[in-house]
Amino acid sequence: MHDNKTIMTGDLNSNLQCPIPKSDYEHVLLAHGGGGKLTQQLIEKMIYSRLGNEILEKGHDGAFLPHISSELAMSTDSFVVDPIFFPGGDIGDLAINGTVNDLVCCGAEPLYISLAFILEEGFLLDELWKIIQSIEKSAHEACVKIVTGDTKVVEKGKGDKIYINTTGIGRVVPGLRISPDNCQEGDVVIINGTIGDHGIAIMSERAGFSFESGIKSDTAPLNRMMQDVFARQPNIHVLRDPTRGGLSSALNEISQSSGKGITLFESQLPVTEGVRGACEIMGFDPLYIANEGKILVILPERHAGEVLGIMRSHETGRESRIIGKISGRHGGLLHLETNIGSTRIIDMISGEMLPRIC
Amino acid sequence: MKYIDEYRDKQLVEILIRQIRDEVTRKWTIMEICGGQTHAIMKYSLQDLLPEEISLIHGPGCPVCVTPVEIIDQAVELGGKPNVILTSFGDMMRVPGSHTDLLSVRAKGGDIRIVYSPLDVIDIALSNPEREVVFFAVGFETTAPAVALAIRQAHKKNLANFSVLISHVLVPPAIEVLLTSADMRIEGFLAAGHVCTVMGTHEYIPLSERYKIPIVVTGFEPVDILLGIQKTINMLENDRYGVENAYPRSVKPEGNIAAQDLLQEVFVSCDRKWRGIGVIPGSGFTLADDYIRFDAGKRFKLHHIVAEESERCISGKILTGQKRPSDCPAFGAECTPEKPLGAPMVSSEGACSAYYRYHLRMC
Repeated sequence: MHDNKTIMTGDLNSNLQCPIPKSDYEHVLLAHGGGGKLTQQLIEKMIYSRLGNEILEKGHDGAFLPHISSELAMSTDSFVVDPIFFPGGDIGDLAINGTVNDLVCCGAEPLYISLAFILEEGFLLDELWKIIQSIEKSAHEACVKIVTGDTKVVEKGKGDKIYINTTGIGRVVPGLRISPDNCQEGDVVIINGTIGDHGIAIMSERAGFSFESGIKSDTAPLNRMMQDVFARQPNIHVLRDPTRGGLSSALNEISQSSGKGITLFESQLPVTEGVRGACEIMGFDPLYIANEGKILVILPERHAGEVLGIMRSHETGRESRIIGKISGRHGGLLHLETNIGSTRIIDMISGEMLPRIC
Repeated sequence: MKYIDEYRDKQLVEILIRQIRDEVTRKWTIMEICGGQTHAIMKYSLQDLLPEEISLIHGPGCPVCVTPVEIIDQAVELGGKPNVILTSFGDMMRVPGSHTDLLSVRAKGGDIRIVYSPLDVIDIALSNPEREVVFFAVGFETTAPAVALAIRQAHKKNLANFSVLISHVLVPPAIEVLLTSADMRIEGFLAAGHVCTVMGTHEYIPLSERYKIPIVVTGFEPVDILLGIQKTINMLENDRYGVENAYPRSVKPEGNIAAQDLLQEVFVSCDRKWRGIGVIPGSGFTLADDYIRFDAGKRFKLHHIVAEESERCISGKILTGQKRPSDCPAFGAECTPEKPLGAPMVSSEGACSAYYRYHLRMC
């Protein structure tokens, strides 16, 4: 097995300029998922060439993983984002970072990822190539190996370009005990930066809005920053990545499962002017908008300064700050202390977000 | 953010609250007309900051809420037709009709598309010439000009496959119904700032004079709303009435003349049924003769679809301020945003939705 770090020493940037391997076809054909020669060519030329390692390239029906003498964490996620390319990333970045971050939220060090594509007949191989290169770059950044995979092709019209499923396995860091019901009155809630960037980047792109504000998805792997935190301050009570449903869903789930009240301070919520403006125009609340590179860290207040210092020393945590606390009031509810000095509930989102009428 | 942050400023809020406290000597009941104001009041818990003498009750100014169930049923009928693309503002998608809502119709294969502007519907109609493209035109005087503009464009382009299912409503006739209602005791109104941005303030002067009631044109941020309340209380405590403007950064006395001209060209006023309230004379817009060919109701012969609201939903009493959402036995139990009995629970401007989202379980 290669040491992860040896992968990182390659001249990645120059490799990323590689043109698509020469193929007889411009588009994905049903035969690319048929298990025959075209499938083999696709796997060897496009997948092994960028993502290959000694486990993956054995080509078994599954991956043989080295023995790990530790508790393991496992997480799976499917990615169906539309558009597949968006400001700040693409479906390939998301597929790796999403699963890596889910493992991080289990207090684990992500190690291995499975990668399954469902491709629509007619999808451009050139676009698949770009996505595979993004996957390579993200896996490299997150120090994880793609160890097994699958490719299926569905008839044109039966899918939407490309769907990706990734499943990850990680080693739980000894000494950590992360669970939503661990949070204690007096704990503080930390977030590692601005909220709503991913969701607004996607919605702007989808709606054809160009806000000219350069709103980009925040998609990023958070394992390096959090490994650093785990190593130096393991007294963390809860971790959660506020993806779909945004901060509101993540913190509501924690307050419901712990029975504790959570208070957020509106004055401390980090939201860029671009995201605020877009939300005002579209009638959305940044608290309900998806993030892809954010983590909520709930821990005793006495450790907050140390953990903030560690997080801020990483690029993905430069703007880390305390945004709330676990309170003794309103058990099981998430509420907001507003800028004008009043208090209200932040309810979980109901149904899909719909633009308002006026 | 300019024009937002200064109207959410804590110090200004505190100054206005102090002014209101200093001035108020007895109980007053004030109605905010617009559902956007209701949501801001609940979102910022303004009632908690105000002196207890002031009671805010919530008015009918949620266009989604007042759309009668039979119009939703007509939209559901259209949305299920294979040759129709039904377009709508997002708010209408979850509003329950007699049997189903538009989201469910879409899930069953109906081509129903959410748009941000009625003008987008013109593009959809142009690029789908073989299909009928209908816009579900709901709203007060605020959204009506954009709909009128789309209809005029369709007229100029001679678009044969474009039409509108129209349910536009007007504020002043609804205020008059509230003021003549026997069991109503509203002592002042916060008028809807965005409606007045289009229509100006002149329509409210005769109402204020006839019923000797203060009407204050009010915006939508916490400072705007408190300024509206402060001006209303000042008139009430000094035994005055009249129309005042607490939203001058948006509202001019004459309104938006170009928008009014457009409305006059494309629409004529008509009697309109309001959910839970019934027919209010002269309270709606319908198409003027020159544009009548764009009427989806006539084109698709929908007028036979009639329905009455469920008796379990007290939306009529909510929309006229006679009951608060929390007074409804179904609120939060039988009726939730996931399984609504009526539109006020799912509209982004509905009073029930505001109570549920911001305050339900803190009481």
